[in-house]
Order: sequence, then structure tokens, then C-alpha cells
Amino acid sequence: MTMNNQGRPTRPEQTADVLPQTHTGNRALQIEEPLIFEVGDFRGTGVDFPEAEGVPSRLGDFAADDAPALPGLAEPEAMRHFVRLSQKNYAIDTGLFPLGSCTMKHNPRLNEKMARLPGFADVHPLQPQSTVQGAIDVIERVGDWLKELTGMPAVAMSPKAGAHGELCGMMAIKAALIARGEADTRTRVLAPDSAHGTNPATAAQCGFTVDGIPADKTGRVDLEAFKAKLGPDVAAIMVTNPNTCGLFERDIRQLADLVHEAGGYFYCDGANFNAIMAKARPGDLGVDAMHINLHKTFSTPHGGGGPGSGPTVLSDALAPYAPIPFVIHREGRFTLVEDKSDPAAKDSFGRMVAFHGQMGMFVRALTYMLSHGGDGLRQAAEDAVLNANYIQARLKTEMTPAFDGTCMHEALFDDRFLKDTGVGTLDFAKAMIDEGFHPMTMYFPLVVSGAMLIEPTETESKQSIDQFCDALLGLAREAKAGNAEKFKAAPVYAPRRRLDETAAARKPVLKWTAPVDASMAAE
Amino acid sequence: MRYLPLNDDERAQMRGVIGVDAIDDLFTDVPVDALNPSLDLPDHKGEMEVERIMAGLAARNRAAGAGPFFAGCGAYKHHVPATVDHIIQRSEFLTAYTPYQPEIAQGTLQYLFEFQSQVATLTGMDIANASMYDGSTAAAEAALMARRVTKRNKVICSGGLHPHYAQVIHTNSELIGDTVLEAPTHPEGQGSIADMIDDDTSCIIVQSPDVFGNIRDLSALAEKAHAHGALLVAVVTEAVSLGLLKSPGAQGADIVVAEGQSIGNALNFGGPYVGLFAAREKLVRHMPGRLCGETVDADGQRGYVLTLSTREQHIRRDKATSNICTNSGLCALAFTVHMSLLGGTGLRQLAILNHEAACKTADALAEIDGVEVLNTSFFNEFTVRLPKNAATVVENLAHKGIIAGVPGSRLWPDNADTENLLIVAATEVTTDADIAAFAVALKGELSS
Repeated sequence: MTMNNQGRPTRPEQTADVLPQTHTGNRALQIEEPLIFEVGDFRGTGVDFPEAEGVPSRLGDFAADDAPALPGLAEPEAMRHFVRLSQKNYAIDTGLFPLGSCTMKHNPRLNEKMARLPGFADVHPLQPQSTVQGAIDVIERVGDWLKELTGMPAVAMSPKAGAHGELCGMMAIKAALIARGEADTRTRVLAPDSAHGTNPATAAQCGFTVDGIPADKTGRVDLEAFKAKLGPDVAAIMVTNPNTCGLFERDIRQLADLVHEAGGYFYCDGANFNAIMAKARPGDLGVDAMHINLHKTFSTPHGGGGPGSGPTVLSDALAPYAPIPFVIHREGRFTLVEDKSDPAAKDSFGRMVAFHGQMGMFVRALTYMLSHGGDGLRQAAEDAVLNANYIQARLKTEMTPAFDGTCMHEALFDDRFLKDTGVGTLDFAKAMIDEGFHPMTMYFPLVVSGAMLIEPTETESKQSIDQFCDALLGLAREAKAGNAEKFKAAPVYAPRRRLDETAAARKPVLKWTAPVDASMAAE
Repeated sequence: MRYLPLNDDERAQMRGVIGVDAIDDLFTDVPVDALNPSLDLPDHKGEMEVERIMAGLAARNRAAGAGPFFAGCGAYKHHVPATVDHIIQRSEFLTAYTPYQPEIAQGTLQYLFEFQSQVATLTGMDIANASMYDGSTAAAEAALMARRVTKRNKVICSGGLHPHYAQVIHTNSELIGDTVLEAPTHPEGQGSIADMIDDDTSCIIVQSPDVFGNIRDLSALAEKAHAHGALLVAVVTEAVSLGLLKSPGAQGADIVVAEGQSIGNALNFGGPYVGLFAAREKLVRHMPGRLCGETVDADGQRGYVLTLSTREQHIRRDKATSNICTNSGLCALAFTVHMSLLGGTGLRQLAILNHEAACKTADALAEIDGVEVLNTSFFNEFTVRLPKNAATVVENLAHKGIIAGVPGSRLWPDNADTENLLIVAATEVTTDADIAAFAVALKGELSS
């Protein structure tokens, strides 16, 4: 039994005999690492502070008697702890990350360097505006790029993530309906089944009822079903384009015209904008509102789940309702309009976040935009689409594309090629881990059985894509040859083998608790 | 283009495999008249040139570290150990995706579990989630969560709640027909929302230390709220205060939301920040956001996974607890690294240094004729009333290299009562020389 310095077991005995045992449970560079609560000293600290002066307290009756019961690590302990943890992560800098609908592309380090300039990182959101003209200019410039690329007249910069940007767009639609006096009658939002899960959740959070639209046989919004659902109670349609099947909604103008004729608005989920940036402008296609995931399209890093940034472009019809704060030019300088009492914000639906949005992400995105230029962004979109279609062409000999024809920036396969093999989509994905690849997006979109959605992006070389395709073709052949056991056991070489998610949900353990028989651990 | 690996030969070869002649043959689903629009954008630039442009923009901002600095109100200048930024720039953390494949994301998952454990302990609560966008959006989500729990739709915000937080709560709650009431604003800390609580109230939202810096007694409010079946949501905008003050959990809060920027994260002109969200255990299935839980793998080894995702948008769609699809993973990591270096002991020391700096600042300002310190209690932030418009004073001092604080009119532009108020924050980075320079400059400004 492996014990930590406080007598708490860090790992149960290994029961499977798949791998040879080591005395430590470590496997060379793969080193087991306990929780900080199991290595740290509950009385210690890894930060040197000056002595307190003993100034009399003005805390009233609210001072705590003790320090919080948290361990402190000396700096070398902390470094080793977190470096060891980092080595248990797959990342885009490790290898190909073909998650569909998620866009994991190279994160240029120049972006990071720029975001850390003191003039950006060490600036307070409520400093006098005269002292932050460069920062406000960055917000303005990113907004200008987005407006030009989308052909939309206005942009709201404060949404903190893609889903938050959706909320912004739908709030603007709600505000417009209120202004038209139709908020009580237009209560239904149409969301295709292939929409991102956030779309219906967003509509519901804005107080709308959600009505699904099925996909047609080509993987696009079923136009007839859509027409049948239109009516005077429709507030908006939320369409993802390119959609979650990796396909361009060919009928997008018709969708826009029809929803407009019916008196509703057209929300477009812009999560997949990287496929069409500088190739087509949503504003030319009839869109009223669309969020843009800066972290996907403009290469700000995903950081294990965030932070993101989701500016939302708006049509003329929705622009007056944009949230505060926003930038205007006033008396020869950039001004952030921060309050609804300002005449420029009289129709704004209000505030979505405490300050001005994800400034750190704006700096990264602007750095990327300047590096690429308009010509580079167009080339990036073309390469992303080329790479995806190349993958589709190479893999279709052994795997089954969900739809015929070309795709956009992601290729969608289903599980027909695994029929009767005993290997499921999940097993197939887990076997990819052992081959050194992050799995693709699985079981999404929901409209396809056993979906596998692969997005290579433009920053993968032909060589890395070929290597990836060779591995998948090999696995597909192996599955068909009847070697299901291997797939069921995968992954074997990862830091952990398949984890019991059911047990985790049944009786959730969401934080560390001191072991009952080791009183010294928590005092 | 240095970020694009394909060359033209490879592109041609790949088009051959696909079976198309030109790249636009892959874009035939786009209406032809909309394809390849002419755009008014510059062409690509080399690294050196981009750096020059960005540095030029950065130079037009005054960095907080460039001189005496006293602005707070929900964002604080603290020292961040060098280790923190080094760790969050590790490729395997920086460039990883959401940990949907737990077998190869144990690094992210374990630190999220550690983050949850730290946040629960600091706030005095049973459980915490794996972070939200920031403190203000976390507060808005808390109001929506209280609605789900109590099935009531009246939210009451205290007058000491950061007005931006109150506005975010308004925006989100009123969309779905909830009523949001705000108690009157009292800089001196008097006034209470206790009388406003009734049997229709879903929650009361109380900030402590409040936006003026006053430390509020949450226990009595919790009791009153609970007597009416309402929840107490405690808001903390300065996480360092948790090192020295009784935790909101110990005072009866049901949900605690906080801005975690102070621990490990830079000012960043307002974002990205990290929202902390903690609650009583019985409320777990109503919580928004991501949760990481402990489990075992096929070999019986301890490991971590995202859990209770049935509450989330990708499963529940229109019945999800929120539309949130992400968290502030990397900012949560910065928090966790900094917090693990500090430990409880270090956090308490840090909090004491903050408090002492603020006490010294308040004393120095109180000596100036016409300056009145309004607080009876405070942690690292307090409010002074000046004999003239505070925004003008702040602007004039900024020209002298001193950021004096946040004027009341910045937060309440249409409230004349706050025009002369200045909210002043000090932290461990505030030196005696900073305080002296501030006092001299303010004295000069007020006597001119």
C-alpha cells in the first residue's frame, strides 16, 4: 500500500495484471502524485512575507480565530506537484487534438507574451479612462476586425465565453421584442436537433420555450419541418453554421428570409466560424446575431476548459440593445459607456459582467489577427476545410462518413463500420489514446448514431494528418478483424485506465476530507 | 504564414486525393455571390512587427505597478509568486481542452478537485464547483439557483452589493420574470435588508466586506432569511479577506460566491477572472457549472472525472441548470497554485498585511482636513468622503502618477449622494512611501 507522509493511502493496490508492478506504483516518467492535502504541511507556507507590524485590528467582531485549514507547500514541492500533474494531461502541444466542434489549434506563444505586457496585464478595470486609452483601443480594434469579418454593424465585447455570447444575442432579441411590444406573444425559439446543447439551454434561460427541428437526410435543417413550425409566436431560430455535422447550411438565406417574414430573428451560433472566416460573411446571409468564440477561432488557449471569450456581433435591428459597457468615441478619445444612465446606452438591455469582458483574450486574439492578416485568415479557413476533407477522403475506405459530399472544417463519421464487431464508438476512441491521439468528439451530434466528429484545424501538417489517418485505418481494420478485447480494455498505457463515472455520480466525492484516523492531517 | 504548415505542393496533392481541382470546390454550399468577399483588412505581419504594434498599445496604458495605486471595488492588485505564471504556462495545462477524456486529463482533473477542496474550506461550505466566469456572473447564477431551490421569484440585493454585480443579477433574473429588489445604498454601513425579507423571497444577496469596505454581520440575516424559507447568498469580492474573517459558511450562508482574481490572477483590465461558487451539500444537484469528483479506474486506482453532468446543458439542454459550457480552468489553476503555496497560514499572513496597509492608509487620509473615513470596520478597503467631487480628484491625482481609488460616480453615475465618495483599497504591495505620497498629493489637491 502506498502511503503519504501523513499515513493516508494514496492509491489502492493495483488489481489488474495487465501491467508489470513497480514498488512505487510509478512507471518511469509517469509518477503518481498525491493531493496537495496529502503532501503539504497544514502549518507551513511557501511564501515569505514581511513581519506584520501589529497594527490594531479594525475588523470589528468578525476576525476568525484560526487560519483556514489548508496546507502550504514549499516552492520546490509546489513546482514538482504541478509539473507532475501536468504530465498526466494531453494537450495541443503534445499532439493532434481532433475534437470536432471544439477547434483545438496551435496557440502561438507570441499571444501569451503580449497578454503579459504590464500595460495589459497590470491594468485595473476602474482606473480613470484617461489612463487606459490603449486598452480601450484594443477592445475597439478586436471589435472592428470582427465586424469586418462578419459583415455586421455592431459588436458586444463583454460576453465571457461562447455560451455567454449566445445569452447576449438572445437577450438582445428579447429586448427588441419587448421594445416591439411582442415579448408576451413571441415566446417560442426554434433550435435544430443538431444545435449545440447550449442553444436550447440559452433560449430557456431567456424565458423562451424551445422547439426542436429535425435534420433532413443531408444533415441540414429540414426546411419543410422548419416552415411548418413558423408562426406568430416564434421569437427566433438558433442555427449553427457551419452546423454540428460539419456541413454548411445551404439554405441559410431561405431560413433567414422565412424567419424574418414571420417576424422573428435569426441567431447563428458562430462556434464554427473558423471554417468560413474571410470566405463568407454571416451579415451577407441574413444573420441578426452571432457569437464568436475567440478561443476557438482566434487561437486563445483553452486552458483545460477556459477562460473563453464570446463577443457577439449584432445587426442594425439589434444593435441598440447591446449590453454595457461598450466603446464610443467622445471628445476625441475612446470612452467606455458603463452605465444605462448614459444617453448612448438608453436602449441597452443592461450589464452581463462586472467589468469590460476578457481583456486578456482580446489581446491574444488581436495579436493573432495581426499575425494572420486578412489574407492569412482566409488561408487558415481554406486549410482547415482542406484538412478535414482530406481526412474524410482518406478514412472513407474503412470508416463510414455520416453524409455524402464535401464537409467544412470537420468530418463526421458514424458507427456503421463497427457493426457486428462488438466494438463501440467509445471503445474505438479509447483505443486511439493508446496510439497517442486524443479521441475525436464522440456521440455528438446526436442526430447520428455513434457519431465521431473529427476536426483537424489548419495548424496540422500533412504529415501529422497522415499519421493520424494511418492509425485510425489500422484500428478500423483491427476492429473488423474481430479483436474486440483489445478495444474493450483500452486504454492500457494512459496514466489511468477507464474511470468509473457511474460510481462518481452515484455518491459524489467532490472535495478532500481529512482521514478520520489521522488527526494530525487537519488539526 | 508561420502558423500554417501546409505548402502549395501538399495542398495540390491533398486536393488530388479528395478529387477537387480548386479549393473553392469545397465551398460550393456557400451561396456563390457571398463567397470570397473583399475585406478591408491588412495583410499578415511578422512577429517583430506585431510585437511593435501591441507594445505601442500597451504603452498607452498606465500599469498599476507604475506608482502608488489604491483602486479596488472587485479587482485588486496583489503580488503573484513567479511559480504561478510558470505553472499555468506549462503547455500541458495551457493548451489542454476540457477534461472530457479523463484517462489523459488527470492533471487538469486533479487540480480542479484540489481547487474545489480549497474553495469549500475557505468559504466554510460543504462543496464547491470547478469555477465560474467571474464573481459577478457567479452571483447571478446563485440567484437563479435559489429560484430553482425555493421555487420563488423574488431576489433581494443588499445596498452594499457591488452595483455591477447587482446589475448582472437584474439582467439575468428579470429575463425570466423574476423580481429583483435593491435595498438603499448606505456608505456608512447602516441600514438593513432584514425588513424586506418575506415569504416570497427566494434569496437575499449580501456582500461582505461590502462595496464600501464595511464588514457585514451575516449571521442575523441568515437567521431571518431561513425563518422565511429564503436562502442567504454571500458575496465576497476580495478573496484574500477569507484568510482573516469568519467564513460566510460559519455565519450561515447557503451559497457563497466570490471573485477569485485576488489569488493568483492578474488585474487584466477586468478579465479573465475566476468565479468561486460554493454551497451546502444538499444543494449539489441544483448547482450550475462543472464539478469534478473522485472515483477509481478499471485497475482500482484513484482518479478523477467530471461528474453530475446530467445537470448540464449538453445532457439536459433546455432543462439544464445553466447554459454555461465552460469554466475558468486556467485561472482556477492559478488560484490553486498560489493557494497551495500560501496554505492557510500564509493566506492569514497575507490578509493581515492587507489589513495593516489599509489601516495605515485610512489613518493617513483621516488626518487631512475635510477628509472623513466612513467605515467603522473594514478589511483592505474603505470609503472616504471628500469635500469635493471625487472623480475630479482621482483624475488630477492620476496626472501626478497616483491612482487614488475608485470615485463613487464611477459606480453610481446618477447618484449625487456618492459624488464626493472615494473608495480606497490597499494591499500587501502598498508601501509606506505609497501611502505618504498619496496623503501629500491628496492634501495638496484639496487645498488648491
